[in-house]
Amino acid sequence: MMGVLGTAQLGMAPIVAHIFSKNDDGSASFGWVIGRILVVLLMVHVILILGALMVWAERRVSAWMQDRIGPNRVGPQGLLQPLADLGKFMFKEDVIPGHVNKVMYTIAPLIATIPALITFAVVPFTGSYETVGGESVAVSWQIADLNIGVLYILAIAGIGVYGIALGGWASNSKYSLLGGVRASAQMISYELSLGLAVVPVVLMAGSLNLGEIIAYQAENTWLIFTQPLAFFIFLTASYAETNRLPFDMPESETELVAGYHTEFSSMKFALFFLAEYANMTVAAALVTTLYLGGWTFFGLETLGWGMGVLIFSLKVIFFLFAFIWVRWTIPRFRYDQLMNLGWVVFLPLTLINVVLTAGAIALDQTWMFFLLPVLLIAAACVATWIGWKRDEDKFQPLPTAPAAGEEGHA
Amino acid sequence: MTTVLFIVFGGMALVSALLAVTRQNPIASAIWLVGMFFGLAGVYVVLEAYFVAAVQVLVYAGAIMVLFLFVIMLLDLRTKQLDEEGPPKMPIWGVLAAVLFIVASGWALMDAVGTPGFFPDAEERAALELDGSAKAIGADLFGRWLLAFEVTSILLLGGILGAVILTKRRLT
Repeated sequence: MMGVLGTAQLGMAPIVAHIFSKNDDGSASFGWVIGRILVVLLMVHVILILGALMVWAERRVSAWMQDRIGPNRVGPQGLLQPLADLGKFMFKEDVIPGHVNKVMYTIAPLIATIPALITFAVVPFTGSYETVGGESVAVSWQIADLNIGVLYILAIAGIGVYGIALGGWASNSKYSLLGGVRASAQMISYELSLGLAVVPVVLMAGSLNLGEIIAYQAENTWLIFTQPLAFFIFLTASYAETNRLPFDMPESETELVAGYHTEFSSMKFALFFLAEYANMTVAAALVTTLYLGGWTFFGLETLGWGMGVLIFSLKVIFFLFAFIWVRWTIPRFRYDQLMNLGWVVFLPLTLINVVLTAGAIALDQTWMFFLLPVLLIAAACVATWIGWKRDEDKFQPLPTAPAAGEEGHA
Repeated sequence: MTTVLFIVFGGMALVSALLAVTRQNPIASAIWLVGMFFGLAGVYVVLEAYFVAAVQVLVYAGAIMVLFLFVIMLLDLRTKQLDEEGPPKMPIWGVLAAVLFIVASGWALMDAVGTPGFFPDAEERAALELDGSAKAIGADLFGRWLLAFEVTSILLLGGILGAVILTKRRLT
């Protein structure tokens, strides 16, 4: 497999490298512009197709976890099911209920979808090693090499919530409104922890540029090893930001029918659906880039840019699978538990982590990185032990089974 | 090209701001304000202040306006209710505040324009390392303007305390 990738890139490498390389003289040739546009189109389609495949994967994996079969009729293993779903969405009547705010109702799905698609512009999906000043440096390839890449993603991803909140409000229905209100409250609560979990990464890499964060990790070590707490909080907060279980309060079916998209149908509903999966893809790509070295994998990426794409894709697919995995494993949080977790647990923890990391860098003390995680694990162990000791006497053996004669009445 | 973009984004900000203060519907007002923030962010990008542009969208459009929207949706303000309240009771104070603000900020601006280095040319910019990066802003904010920065944070803390005391009548 590696051999195939190795030979296939021989002819392609100069062309691809040309598209992604920064032009030093500042001139943009016609071919360069066309190449960039093609890559943009390719990326958008990859996200759209991945979104469709994720719907299929969600149904198949949930079925697998619940010992069912799931959709397996359309195409091999049911892989063409998303196409059938799309056909259904397209040909359904586009109902606009009479009681909605028409303008907001129409643009809300677009506001939800577009930010998720454009954030991918700065995500590095592969790269190569180049010698800069006698040192080998990992140079990432992305559509737009922004110096403030991290902030750009956080800023644009935060806009998507307007689609959900406005969709809920414009529907003029109490369930939708509650869903929209919850979405905005949840977004504000978890964006703080999310942003503060990124700060240690930026402190350690010394840059807001996603490519340079990867270069730092390629040179030193993946940040998941030095910032395990930030990684865990970022991952959890990203579940809340993408409205996935266990934090899917905006659409919790058991309470709010379908939450913010209760009144939406056909392609408008499909766009909300797509936005959720596109946001998941962005979150997975961001976790991969910030904490797991992006397209690098212990030297395997030196085989070529094709290998980089493969490594990056596999990491993203793992986190996408984790989204599904968690959804079908952990039950939904209660609303007050959700708020408590965000404000009382995550916010202080991330703040302490930022201070400790800054101190560790300023004083050059590596052990300070691990102080907080170790303390937390120790505290959790002690609390579990105390709780277990206290309630030990409460564990009674189960009552014995009723006698054979009474079984019919039980 | 830069001038055209500046006019486009500046115009977008101005029109959105005007629409934000004239809408009857509070949600529409909030959305136009978000549009204004995007226009402003565009202006910052044209001025090559990328960090400020990103923070503008991240903080104002992404967090503060979402909070506004949350409060408006929670209170469920209707246009009708606003009509019943009628026009502002004491417009004279509003006009006074506006005049005071314009005079004060105009004065400060005129004062600043006169000082050398307010409009740095290419050489001065290179010397100051004003490349719009986080580093340049951080160095300025926590170096030259540290006192102003800390005073501002105390002001904000006072605002937070005031809000807490106003909403929680009984502090137990």
